[in-house]
Amino acid sequence: MDGYSALLVVTFLVVGLAVTMLVLNLLLGPKNPSAIKSEPFECGQVQITSPRQRFSVKFYLIAIVFIVFDIEVVFLIPWAVLYRWFLTQPSWAVLAFTEMLVFLGILGLGLAYFWKRRGLEWD
Amino acid sequence: MALILFFVFAIAAVLSGICVAFSPFGNNPVYSAIALIMTLFFLACEFVLLHATFIAVLQILVYAGAIMVLFTFVIMLLNLSKEEIGEERLTLTKVVGLVVVLIGLTYQIGRVIWAHKVAPVTLHLTDGGPSNPAFGTIQDVGVKLFQDFLVPFEVTSILLLVAIVGAVVLAKRKI
Repeated sequence: MDGYSALLVVTFLVVGLAVTMLVLNLLLGPKNPSAIKSEPFECGQVQITSPRQRFSVKFYLIAIVFIVFDIEVVFLIPWAVLYRWFLTQPSWAVLAFTEMLVFLGILGLGLAYFWKRRGLEWD
Repeated sequence: MALILFFVFAIAAVLSGICVAFSPFGNNPVYSAIALIMTLFFLACEFVLLHATFIAVLQILVYAGAIMVLFTFVIMLLNLSKEEIGEERLTLTKVVGLVVVLIGLTYQIGRVIWAHKVAPVTLHLTDGGPSNPAFGTIQDVGVKLFQDFLVPFEVTSILLLVAIVGAVVLAKRKI
């Protein structure tokens, strides 16, 4: 918890700094809006297409698989942190290695299936 | 101190949760998604107050990071304009949903009041913290996960495998 109180102070400082800058800008900055200033612009060019375009549904599959392997990493982190400690426990050393091997093996199966079904290819 | 922070984060979480449904900035679903990220962030803060630091990190990493990617993708995939969404109408489903929520809310509030009448709850204002100082750290969670909850951990991998297969079957049906 003690490390987190320092984090809290930093958060307050950062948020305070950002809010102060925004409020000062709001109070002191000149504001002369005009129709031409409010127009959307793209690198100074006249806008040709609407920025609201639909994404390809293919991104969605990638996103789902990303989440699955993200969660795999979530399980890997505590295992990696504890691995040295596991090795000092004679009764757990072998199991600690095999359990992660089984876990990765099952998920590797999923990756193989995804690969075989051409999920990694864009077309 | 912890109690004050609890209420600050709780109120912030509830307010940003309300912003998900009723965004004060307009009807753009992206604002709702950002408000949802704020809600998840404040929930992570609550997890820190509960000494569940590893879960707090996961809350931000997995929910605010990965799950919100999916949400944002759905918003961008559909990318409905105002004309496509159409006028908001009061449908039967919405009325039924509202009634069910109100009934559930009344029931829960009634239960809390009843429980308080039967056995008055005293609020513990001092936070002694867990007896084990390592509680909630990555080591503590890891030991629990890889020793006590070994089978659920391995079953999780099968669950994730099912998720991959399901996603492929749904999205790549044509092949």
